[in-house]
Amino acid sequence: MALEKPYADIPGTVVFDADQARKGYHLNQFCMSLMKADNRARFKADERAYLDEWPMSEDQKRAVLARDYNRMISLGGNIYFLAKLFSTDGKSFQYTAASMTGLTQEAYALMMLRGGRSPEGNRRVGETPAPERSEAEGE
Amino acid sequence: MARITAGIATSHVPAIGAALDNGRAGEPYWKPVFAGYEFSRQWLAERKPDVVVLVYNDHASAFSLDIVPTFAIGCAASFQPADEGWGPRPVPIVEGHPELALHIAQSVIQQDFDLTIINRMDVDHGLTVPMSLLFGQPQRWPVRVIPLAVNVVLYPPPSGRRCFELGKAIRRAVESFDEDLDVEVWGTGGMSHQLHGPRAGLINREWDNHWLDRLIEDPEAVSRIPHVEYLREAGSEGVELVMWLIMRGALDPRVRTVHRFYHVPASNTAVGHVILENEE
Repeated sequence: MALEKPYADIPGTVVFDADQARKGYHLNQFCMSLMKADNRARFKADERAYLDEWPMSEDQKRAVLARDYNRMISLGGNIYFLAKLFSTDGKSFQYTAASMTGLTQEAYALMMLRGGRSPEGNRRVGETPAPERSEAEGE
Repeated sequence: MARITAGIATSHVPAIGAALDNGRAGEPYWKPVFAGYEFSRQWLAERKPDVVVLVYNDHASAFSLDIVPTFAIGCAASFQPADEGWGPRPVPIVEGHPELALHIAQSVIQQDFDLTIINRMDVDHGLTVPMSLLFGQPQRWPVRVIPLAVNVVLYPPPSGRRCFELGKAIRRAVESFDEDLDVEVWGTGGMSHQLHGPRAGLINREWDNHWLDRLIEDPEAVSRIPHVEYLREAGSEGVELVMWLIMRGALDPRVRTVHRFYHVPASNTAVGHVILENEE
């Protein structure tokens, strides 16, 4: 029997569960490797060549090269592992979170100063106002 | 004998550590955050606990996906601040308490909690940001620390119930340790926040404060809240709050609130902080 996923109807959210962790193992371990300064330097020198050392899918490698964080998340990435990648780029959690919402960092920061994104309409898919869905939820 | 003297909970937002380390704590954005901890720093300076059992989660710093322990207790003599990708935080080395840590490990394993024993581990912002918030920027931390790392990264984290019961088991362990020590249990993480996806930035002030009311008054009920409620109401990363239940479980059913603070935002996150004591 499959495990229940009562969280599958939360909009704009990919829970890093067993299925995601299995898909994202090499993607996340690649990110982990960027905790070492030598690896960061090699990655920056030739990103594609460094990625080719990892048994990641082509989709995952393209998502990394494009810094498409929503895509990386849908392909099994976890935000705390992906943090090693955006830290390597000198970017913050807030910059990266904003990039996933479609807002500029300024607009996102202003939303946070005003109390953050409201849970109203954001608890379940299909509620109004309907939020944008991420790709992984269709799986 | 050793005794539990207080429970403290606080968020552990990495940007708070960065603000402090980079001398930006006095800026208008950060000032209200640090102001919420002024009372607590004075209170702790007077109380002078000997040991803190510091419940936190590792953020892919000490543990990659190769090994994911649900509960791991740090039994080393010291722990280095981790390099999380931008160099280690400029904070003192964290000194442990191997004798008490191993005593707790043995005691709670015999109470059916299968802790992973860690003898070498770096500690990331999950542990060092609470230290900075509550002790400021000393040359040396004024307390020994037993890190208790809880997996909240790979779903599912342990249930709230399991965390609450582990807190009770830790209290029994501490109270059976021969040395005369004042021990505090700290729970960290939360409150509402979501760091990924189109729903990033979710904050639920009403839910956070109601949850905190119930954590203080009726922790048994809070311990039964299913994970999906945290994910839905407090954001995907808000599920870290289960760690506060370990702190709460180490205290009596009835407690006194010494201090309570709530602020939005710190970067992506709602900051919550509370100091609780057993009613005498």
